[in-house]
Amino acid sequence: MNAQSPHQPGAGRLVGRDVPRVEDSALIRGRGRYVDDIAPPGLLHAAFLRSPHAHAAIRGIEAVAARALPGVHAVLTLAELGPHLTDTRLVVALPSPAYRLELHRPVLADAEVTHVGEAVAVVIADTRAIAEDAAALVEVDYDPLPAVADCVAALEPGAPIAHSGAASNLAAELTLEYGAVDAAFATAPHRFAERLSIHRGGSHSIECRGVLARHDPLDDRLTVWSSTQTPHTARRMLCDLLGLPEEGVRVVTPDVGGGFGPKLIFYPEEVVVALAARLLARPVKWIEDRAEHFIATTQERDQLWDVELATDGEGRILAVRGQMIHDHGAYTARGVNVPQGAVSAMPLAYVVPAFRVAMKVAATNKVPVTPVRGAGQPQGVFAMERLLDRAARELNLDRAEIRRRNLVPGDRMPYATPLKTRGGMQVVLDSGDYPRCMAMALEAAGWDAFPERQRAALAQGRHTGIGVANYVEGTGRGPFEHVSVRIEPSGRIVVATGAAAMGQSTHTMLAQLVAEHLGGDMSRVHVIAGDTAAAPMGIGGSNSRQAVLAGSSAHAAALRVKDKVLHVAAGLLEADEGDLEIEGDAVRVKGVPEMKVTLAAIARAVAGAPGFAIPGGRGPGLIAAEEVVIDAMAYANGTAVAEVEVDAETGEARILALTFSHDCGNALHPRIVDGQLMGGIAHGIGNALFEHMRYDEEAQPTSTTLADYLLVTATEMPPVRILHMQSPTPLNPLGIKGVGEAGVIPVPAAIAAAIEDALSPFRAHVTRVPLSPVDIVALIDPAAAA
Amino acid sequence: MSTRRIALTVNGTRHEAEAPVRQHLGDFLRGTLGLTGTHLGCEHGVCGACTVLLDGRAIRACLVLAVQAEDRAVTTVEGLAPSPEALHPLQAAFCANHGLQCGFCTPGMLTTLEEFLRDCPDPTEEEVRVAISGNLCRCTGYDSIVAATMEAARAMREAAA
Amino acid sequence: MKAAPFAYHDPRSVEEALHLLATLENARLLAGGQSLMPMLNMRVAFPDHLIDLNRVEGLAGVTAEGGALRIGAMTRQRDIEESPLVRAHLPLMSEALTHVGHRQTRNRGTIGGSLCNLDPSAELVAVATALDAVLEVQGPSGARDLSIHELPLGFMTPSLAPEEMLTAIRIPLPPAGHGAAFEEFARRHGDYAITSAAAVLVLEGGRIARASLTLGGVGAGPLRLRSAEAALAGQAPSEALLREAAAACGSIDAMSDPQAPAWYRRRLAATLARRALTAAASRATTPARQGGLA
Repeated sequence: MNAQSPHQPGAGRLVGRDVPRVEDSALIRGRGRYVDDIAPPGLLHAAFLRSPHAHAAIRGIEAVAARALPGVHAVLTLAELGPHLTDTRLVVALPSPAYRLELHRPVLADAEVTHVGEAVAVVIADTRAIAEDAAALVEVDYDPLPAVADCVAALEPGAPIAHSGAASNLAAELTLEYGAVDAAFATAPHRFAERLSIHRGGSHSIECRGVLARHDPLDDRLTVWSSTQTPHTARRMLCDLLGLPEEGVRVVTPDVGGGFGPKLIFYPEEVVVALAARLLARPVKWIEDRAEHFIATTQERDQLWDVELATDGEGRILAVRGQMIHDHGAYTARGVNVPQGAVSAMPLAYVVPAFRVAMKVAATNKVPVTPVRGAGQPQGVFAMERLLDRAARELNLDRAEIRRRNLVPGDRMPYATPLKTRGGMQVVLDSGDYPRCMAMALEAAGWDAFPERQRAALAQGRHTGIGVANYVEGTGRGPFEHVSVRIEPSGRIVVATGAAAMGQSTHTMLAQLVAEHLGGDMSRVHVIAGDTAAAPMGIGGSNSRQAVLAGSSAHAAALRVKDKVLHVAAGLLEADEGDLEIEGDAVRVKGVPEMKVTLAAIARAVAGAPGFAIPGGRGPGLIAAEEVVIDAMAYANGTAVAEVEVDAETGEARILALTFSHDCGNALHPRIVDGQLMGGIAHGIGNALFEHMRYDEEAQPTSTTLADYLLVTATEMPPVRILHMQSPTPLNPLGIKGVGEAGVIPVPAAIAAAIEDALSPFRAHVTRVPLSPVDIVALIDPAAAA
Repeated sequence: MSTRRIALTVNGTRHEAEAPVRQHLGDFLRGTLGLTGTHLGCEHGVCGACTVLLDGRAIRACLVLAVQAEDRAVTTVEGLAPSPEALHPLQAAFCANHGLQCGFCTPGMLTTLEEFLRDCPDPTEEEVRVAISGNLCRCTGYDSIVAATMEAARAMREAAA
Repeated sequence: MKAAPFAYHDPRSVEEALHLLATLENARLLAGGQSLMPMLNMRVAFPDHLIDLNRVEGLAGVTAEGGALRIGAMTRQRDIEESPLVRAHLPLMSEALTHVGHRQTRNRGTIGGSLCNLDPSAELVAVATALDAVLEVQGPSGARDLSIHELPLGFMTPSLAPEEMLTAIRIPLPPAGHGAAFEEFARRHGDYAITSAAAVLVLEGGRIARASLTLGGVGAGPLRLRSAEAALAGQAPSEALLREAAAACGSIDAMSDPQAPAWYRRRLAATLARRALTAAASRATTPARQGGLA
């Protein structure tokens, strides 16, 4: 990576600088604490028995042999758990009028299984190995039912029904539309139709999921450590399902080995393990293994787009319309947010006067679908960018030029689009200069000179191509994140938040923002993220939101504490507040360093003593809690340019260079921004060329190991160049936009375009990703593949 | 016969413990010895997170039985640094280059690279990429890890000179 | 993902190992474990007994013996990679080893384990086939030699009897000055090849005296292309000749799996064979590459 250091005019003493990460000291020494590293005395281990069938009725479950195995403490099915639960289903769907089926997943399946991997029973034993031994002895009498694997086939008449109780597989339908679409098409000089599909696969954090629950009978409190991105949601679900008050359940997110979306969902295993710990009065741990991750952790999967673009003679967009079928999987584990996010992302970067895409959400007998890094946006961008490439080709326009003519111009910011968010709020593109950002990438990638390079390569028999894709991403989804800042009587600064860290430097980000105003020493700041005992409420990690929401709250809370510190110190030092500064562990008079009072002394002074007045007259304690509410999303944007070489004999597509320009507003920590982008870019390369979660026609998964499901390794990464533009958003005090998902969004579209360009001598037309070497040879020589 | 008492040296310390014969070395290190720095990411020999050094050679701890480590020397991430306060040059360079995000793949990266830099003290970036091609990372996109390794290699050469 | 129970045995001698193999029911030999251990962890293999060969004396090492290199079955792939003898005399094997797995798996994986596991795409199986390796097999009734060509019985099924074990392989040294090349196509560095091609050409007086052309990853075992080899023999190694010989690979029977259909493997085979033959021919005429037992 050749990352230019971003120009950060507003950098503070810490904010905007590449300070050392506070997470690293423990993690680099192997002293992190992930769920599986926690082993309380008396710990038991859980293994889940999972359905081998994509669809089957359960006639009976026989666990006598399993229960008799030495070392086994319990084999639990829904029959045993049900009496202790207020509901045997996980009702987690986000609100939407679009649902046509109620597909809440059961805590454990008892009557019907609807995907391979659905949990049917749990074994609790002395060791995981014994639990797995016993699970193999549980006999489930399955009556296999017809299964549906493909979301398009699922909506055809006569298709097998994914849930035997349902009338059809249409789980939801909704349409996103504005403007006079059909009128625009009726008179448009040019119309371009495409059938496109994109497949994304799994998240595959290197740490799979995990839950550890311990019930303390002394204070009747359940503590649940979970590798979740949303601890407060998990607590609410556990309280609801187990009928417990909030103070009776503490959910802790320890170190998390990557999230990438699926860990934001509440899963059956979390409540089963928690309940098992209560029932057995022993701590119980379940660690998902990789085989389970392939069949039990949510994925984000296929969409088929039939879309049409109308333009005028100069390639200016007049309207977009079409349909999209979305694979929902077997249950509603989150909602219709992924298809909605996909379609919303489609027009966002461009001036699209009229738009209508109808979505059909199809239930299938596969792992439920919920957001994976990008959350639908790569699909929407793919659809738009493929249409623009098609239009450019047919109108004989440069592919960058057609984009220049249609990108939302910088001078129209803020640009109110006719789109609405899932919460019904208007989408207003708040800031940025999309054409300039694209120009940066094109220039750095040598776009204009590429045809010359391409001709020279072709003369040597080498097929090279270039492609460009733009994205605009809604980041920082509100409404709030809780952050409290408190100075303890020891002088230590404690920051507690409802945000949850899963590897994206959340602790560093909060420590930076707080220390910026409270002495500049991050080592004095202790951040507690992802602990419901430390923060009364929280939303958690998703939607590239934590820096925006938690960062804004931390900033505001730190300023309030600072204000009080200076006020109290002014009284103690008999100085004017304006003459004071906080440096390290003390407040001192500017220019008179020996005139100072420590933060500890101030904290003690305002801690109060019985019968004495609190100095400063502003009440006790040095604490401030903030939940800065930001409903509008901050829109980040960027451009990816990929240059590829295709070996026409083997079908290998090698990325020669990837240039990525982006604008996420101010960067709190430039190096972390680059790190987030690079991870996303690697994920995008995987989506474009490598990652393919395969199912056969009976919905049996066929890529179930990391030897079959290919994650990008160091040797597949191309040279990447990242370019930064900074248009601070007015929507939050820090001027920042989220960046956790950006990298993944435009990369599949840019690579697909580059491959199509490289294969132009063969008149190949790329309409889907991932593209394997076999797919590419089939594009070159369709007769051979037929 | 289902367990065996084994003696082995881990990070320079002699340990004796009972191990189920079917238990892999990764579970033994983590569960029995409490050395949880070695992570299990796939348990089928692909992700590389569990890489440790067995008699100085990088191996996947999920593909070796604990009983096979009898009388052998194992080095885990906890044993890389020269002292509790100091860092191995690779560890220092990973921190300086943002070579870790969630930190889950990091121990396997470090142990793999420790052996690699002993064999190849002055590598090219391409050689570093090949060296870690058996270690999956989902966070970093690898570039920062490669940069960190080049920096560590430089530091180690200078220290040796 | 924890292995099902088994009994563990770690014999110290070949005799002891053979005795265990002959007397235990449902026993598996454990060599480097890079394929068997994942199968145990994933519970797709259920041996009652595991006979670990890692402490058996005398099964590892590379030696030169009478016009051949003898490689002990438990020699680690990494040690073969670093063996000066192999580098000097079997450049085909050295080249192929750079594609075998990763540093961590080569540090542990053995040549005997790789041959007996018999993955259709395994590089070392293709190399041994290309070089006409002879396998030294021991069983209750003594030792026997087995040609590598007779090893594959079916998909991942070697022809060794249940009570037999591989102890070493002997590879006849190709003459000094031979040209060899190994080409493979895998999705990522270190992955098993979708298809591979190994070529060995021996030139005499500007003509091909002997040719060996082997494909991996097209069927249950490596495929020696005898007719192509015959067509090459006696001819000058022109580009057209090599291209034509390679083109014959385009009509072989090839397997299909979720990763690649037969038509694609055939195409790949022809491409890789051409590349391997071309590289081998160029190396055969490059004196710096020549070598042989002194």
